Formats: sequence, structure tokens, C-alpha cells
Amino acid sequence: MTDSISTTQSLSRESGVELDLLAREERITPVPLWRVRVKLWWRSARQNAAIFADNKIGLLGLAIILLFGVMALAHPILMATVWDARTYDPITGYSFDELRQPAPPSARHLLGTDPLGRDVLSQLMYSTRNEFILGLLAALITVTIATTIGATTAYFGGVYDMIFMRVADLIIMTPAISLLIVMCALFNPDLPQLAVVIGILSGFGGTTIIIKSQALSIRVKPFIEAAKVAGGGHRHIIMTHILPNLLPFSFLYMMFGVTAAIFSEATLSFFGLLNVRMSWGIMIFTAQAAGYLLSGVEYWWLLIPAGASITLLCSAFYLVGRALDEVVNPRLRKR
Amino acid sequence: MTNEQMGKWQTLFHPSDPCPRFPDPYLEFRMTHTDPLVTVEHLQKYYPVNQGLFAQTRHYIHAVDDLSFQIGRGESLGLVGESGCGKTTTGKLLVKLIDPTKGHIYLGSNGSQTDIAPLKGAAVKQFRRRVQMIFQDPYESMNPRLTIYDTVAEPLVVQGIGTVIEREERVAEMLALVGLTPPASFLFRFPHELSGGQRQRVAIARALVVQPKFVVADEPTSMLDVSIRTGVMHLMSNLARRLDVTYLYITHDLAVARYMCHRIAVMYLGKMVELAETEELLQHPQHPYTKALLASVPVPDPSIKRQAAEIKGGIPTPINPPAYCRFYERCLIATARCRDDAHPPLADKGNGHSVACYAV
Ligand SMILES: Nc1ncnc2c1ncn2[C@@H]1O[C@H](COP(=O)(O)OP(=O)(O)OP(=O)(O)O)[C@@H](O)[C@H]1O
Ligand SMILES: [Mg+2]
Repeated sequence: MTDSISTTQSLSRESGVELDLLAREERITPVPLWRVRVKLWWRSARQNAAIFADNKIGLLGLAIILLFGVMALAHPILMATVWDARTYDPITGYSFDELRQPAPPSARHLLGTDPLGRDVLSQLMYSTRNEFILGLLAALITVTIATTIGATTAYFGGVYDMIFMRVADLIIMTPAISLLIVMCALFNPDLPQLAVVIGILSGFGGTTIIIKSQALSIRVKPFIEAAKVAGGGHRHIIMTHILPNLLPFSFLYMMFGVTAAIFSEATLSFFGLLNVRMSWGIMIFTAQAAGYLLSGVEYWWLLIPAGASITLLCSAFYLVGRALDEVVNPRLRKR
Repeated sequence: MTNEQMGKWQTLFHPSDPCPRFPDPYLEFRMTHTDPLVTVEHLQKYYPVNQGLFAQTRHYIHAVDDLSFQIGRGESLGLVGESGCGKTTTGKLLVKLIDPTKGHIYLGSNGSQTDIAPLKGAAVKQFRRRVQMIFQDPYESMNPRLTIYDTVAEPLVVQGIGTVIEREERVAEMLALVGLTPPASFLFRFPHELSGGQRQRVAIARALVVQPKFVVADEPTSMLDVSIRTGVMHLMSNLARRLDVTYLYITHDLAVARYMCHRIAVMYLGKMVELAETEELLQHPQHPYTKALLASVPVPDPSIKRQAAEIKGGIPTPINPPAYCRFYERCLIATARCRDDAHPPLADKGNGHSVACYAV
């Protein structure tokens, strides 16, 4: 480089530009930068919340999720206070005061008892926590993997990109549920292990491809070139320009990921393939194993609560995802 | 110059008009009086045309084909030509956004030239302090999630220039310089809260914040409303003079080039066909393509008869172009030699006027 540029010198001094406006001693912003950033972040969060709240289905989804959240939290409290463990424990309890098991709903057992004499409501509430843990953990793993791979493959391309795309093709080509069934039959995993497996399969599979296509559309934006001209390296461009624009989509696909994970768990539990002591899928499995699956409406409390819960929680996360879609995709907004 | 005057001039441009610019020492620039800042030698950029996964690439888009020119220190060189002729590609090559297929780009004067091709790592960062680019689209060239402060400060941050307080001051100074006053009211806004003209001013501030010596401006005003276009152009030429910046000013609008540039280079399908000082080129165009370009400038006064376009046919593709003159198919004055010989070289016809044509 020939002529060195004394970049630390003030522009006004160097070029003799008159800047009466800036003839001042104090800082331009009286508050430190990070406080401004927190304020801006808070403002945009409020704006996004307003857009989300405009969408009634999103609020409905959120309300359902909150309801289940309350159920999950209420179970240990009820067990510690009003429900005595011998009768109400979701796994080892037995209702001695019913003559016949399964017993229909009554004042003591609001949703009746199952074929083994256990309280259905207690089972339902106890399982809710597991469903949340499984769904959120699996979705978090999925999205972390998919975002990392999607952003980097879109940015770097080449052989690196090709390897991960072939892996994704392979996973997508294999029917996921049969793969999971074989895997569960062989290893008999517990819930966290299942969450990791689902997370990895989905993270390296379909979700990566969706997130990568989003990352590609960000990667070709002129502001990426502008960042390069500014002197930004690969890490700077990925961290400051690609990821912040990608994360809303990741969050969105996380909601859909929860739905998929809960649904997979229900299917696997129904086949009795999981090393799980209680879940909504197990509740249906228990009814089926005792021969009540096809008994119709007569024993409705064995099937409807668990089935409806699976459907409701899955759709709730889906609805929230749809409403978030409008927040992160401004083109979809109605106004 | 008021906005109305400039707006009027915008629509009333014709080569026969007197120069619209006010007497101004900046315009008395003569390339011959200064040493070159940028020297381009036989610059080429070919893009392969993909024909399926396993097919060998045999076809190439000759986006930029054998360009050689110099840009003087403090000069503003206009690059004009129709869409797809390789203007943006040339600009990106000069700022090292893409690497040339062949050829060299040197930065600096005769004695101490730096070839920019082999620069790596820290040397590239150093290079980015000297050479910057302003992009065409003010809506897409800024990260929508960054504030104006973060956008303008980005070059300083990635290059590690100054402390937080110094950067803040520098950014505010730049915003004031580009006419966004008071700066404090713009610092923490987001790009979508600004108008197109204000955004382009931010883009100019971002490019100039590291005090570069050479700036490639890729149609910086073409996406702006005509009424604010002139203001931004005025600002850019003012800043060039104050901060001693050299421009490669890319545009397809001859009126804009006339206002902004000391010299104009005309490109056609990856080749430079004519290069001359602005008024010389506009008053005495020699290449048939330049003449056609000038004839196509709209004349708002219906009483003025418009010359017939001295051109035929449509734009040929830049994929594997013929070895002979690129303009041959559309040329009305072509001779046998134009078909038989290679594409004509850019030859000096005196008065600093270079033309690539056998027939003139
Ligand atoms: N990355 C790329 N890959 C393949 N071809 C490209 C690429 N970039 C540009 N081209 C081709 O190179 C040629 C020149 O493109 P360039 O963008 O430089 O034109 P331009 O003069 O800037 O046009 P415009 O006025 O429309 O901006 C075009 O034919 C274009 O299709
Ligand atoms: Mg262009």
C-alpha cells in the first residue's frame, strides 16, 4: 500500500470541512450504546408482539399451549396436596373405591380410571410435562443443527454444501417413522434419547433444506456484498448478516418441529416401542392392549382425553407457527 | 443550483445543449495533468454457462473482455452502456468482489503500483480502506436488522478502527456530511424508516467513512426518484472534491454521466468502444454505437426532429461472441475489414479521444 491513510484522525480536521454542527465536547448519544440497543430490541419485540396478537389463531394456539403448561405445572402441586399417591399416582396408583375398572368419570375421578385402575386425569397431566420436554428438546436440536448447516452451506457452497445436501436427501428418502420404529425396537430409548434422535434426523434432513433455501435468499442480497466491501470476513458476515435474518425462520420451524416430535412420540408409544412409563401415546397403548381400542363411545374416557390432547397441543404449536410466519414474512401480512 | 433548475435540466438534456454544470474548478480536470490512481490492463471476466451436471463447460459469457484504461487521481470516470454490457462486473472486479479471469488491476501511481489480485488476509482489509463501493439499490444494500449507526460503523468495526466513542463521532460526522442532520436523530433508526434518498445518503456515508481514495458507484441514483436524484449527485461530486475521492461512476444515463464525470467510457458487450472527455464525447461522438446512444436520448421538445437511430438489430448475447467486431451485426458503416479482422483495439484519435472502430 502506498499512501497510508490516517484513519484515526478526525475527518473534519483532515479535509477542512466546516462542521459547526458537531463542534461539541459531549457524546452524540448521552446513554451508552448497549442501552440504546436494549431499547431498540424491546421496541421491535413489542411491534412483533402486536402483529402476532393481530392474528387470532396465533393467540388461540398460545392460549392452548398455556393451558397445557398450567396442567403440567399443576400436577406435582396436586400430588403434594389433595391427591394421595396411592390412589392418584399416574403409574403405580390404584383406585380401590371403584368396583369395576375402567371406571367412568365420577366426582373422585373426573376423567375416570384406566383398565389398570389408575386415574386418567392424573395420567394426562403427568404426561403433559413429558410432551413439552420431548417436543421442545427435539425441536431445539433440530433447529440448532439445521440453522448451523443451512447458514454455512448456503454461504460457502461447494463440496461442503454437496456433502450435507446428499445426507439430507438420504434422510428424506428414508421414511422417518419406519426408521424410528426400527431404531426404537433395537435400542428401546427413553424420552430424552428419542428427542435427540428425532432432532438429529429432522435437523440433518428436511429442516436443513428449508432453512438453507431461506439462507440462500439472504446470501444473494446486496448487503452481503456491501459487508464484504466493508472488509468483513466470513465469520462476521455469517454472524451479523445471515444469522440475524435467518433466526426468525428458525424459530418458526421450531414450532413446526415441536408438532412433528410430539406426533412421532405418540406413534411410537402406541406401538409400545418406547422406554417411557407414561405418556399420551402410552395411555392409548394401554387401552388398546386391554382391548378397549375398538369399543367405541362406551369407554370414551380411555381414548378421547389422550387423543384430543395430542391433537390440541400439536395444532396449537402449528397455529403459533402460522402466526409467527406472518411476523417473519411481511409479505404474508393482510394489511 | 436549486432543485427545480436541476430537475429541469434532468429532463432537458440533449447533446447540443450547453453544459448544464456551473463553472467549477473541479470540472477543469485534465486526465493528462495527474498520475493514475487505478490502472486496468487487459481485464477479462468470463462466466461459464452451465449445461447440466456432468457436461463440460464449453460456453462462456464474456461479461468483461479485454478492458484497459486508467483513472486519474481525483478524476471521475463514467462507465455507460446498455443493460448487460458488463458495467457492474467491471465495478465488482475493481473492488475485488470477484476475481478476474485474466488481466491486472493496479492501484497507485506509476512508481508504486500494487497489483490487487494477489492480496490476501490483512492486505485485503487494508485494500478495503482505500477502495469502496456504493450499490445501486438502497433498499437491498442495507441489512434491515441493523441500525443506521451499525450500518455506517460496520467498516470501522470490522477493520478495528477507533474506540466506540471515536466511531460514534466519526459516524455522526459522516451523517452530517451527507446531509442527514441532525445526525443524532438518524443514528438509531432502521433502514426501513428512511426514504430512498436518505438511504442512499447512508450508503454514501458508509462507503466514505473509512476515507477511501477510490469509490466505485454502481448506478447510485438510478433507483431514486428524479426529484431527489440531483441532490444525491450534487452531494457525491461535492464530497469527491472535499475528500479527494476518485470515482468510477457507472450509469446508463448519459445525462447523469455528463453531470458527474470528467471522462466517459462507453461499453458494448464487454468491450470498451469509446473513451473521451465528457463534452468531447457528447459533442463529437465517433463510434457508431455512441452515436446511436446519443440519438436515443429523449428530446422533450416535440418541435425538435429526432434523428433516426443509427443502429439495426437487437442486442446480441455475450455468450461466446465472435472474434470480429462485436458491433458488426448492428453497424451501418461496417466494411469488409470489420468482419475479417479481430475486434478493433481502442485507438487514440487525438485530443484524448480513443475509439475502437476500423471505420472511423
Ligand atoms: N454471477 C454471474 N454469473 C453468470 N453470469 C453473470 C454473472 N454476473 C453477471 N453475469 C452476466 O454478465 C453480463 C454482464 O453483467 P453486468 O451485471 O455486469 O451488466 P450491467 O452492465 O451491469 O447491466 P445492468 O445495466 O443491467 O446493471 C450479463 O450478460 C450477465 O448475465
Ligand atoms: Mg449493473
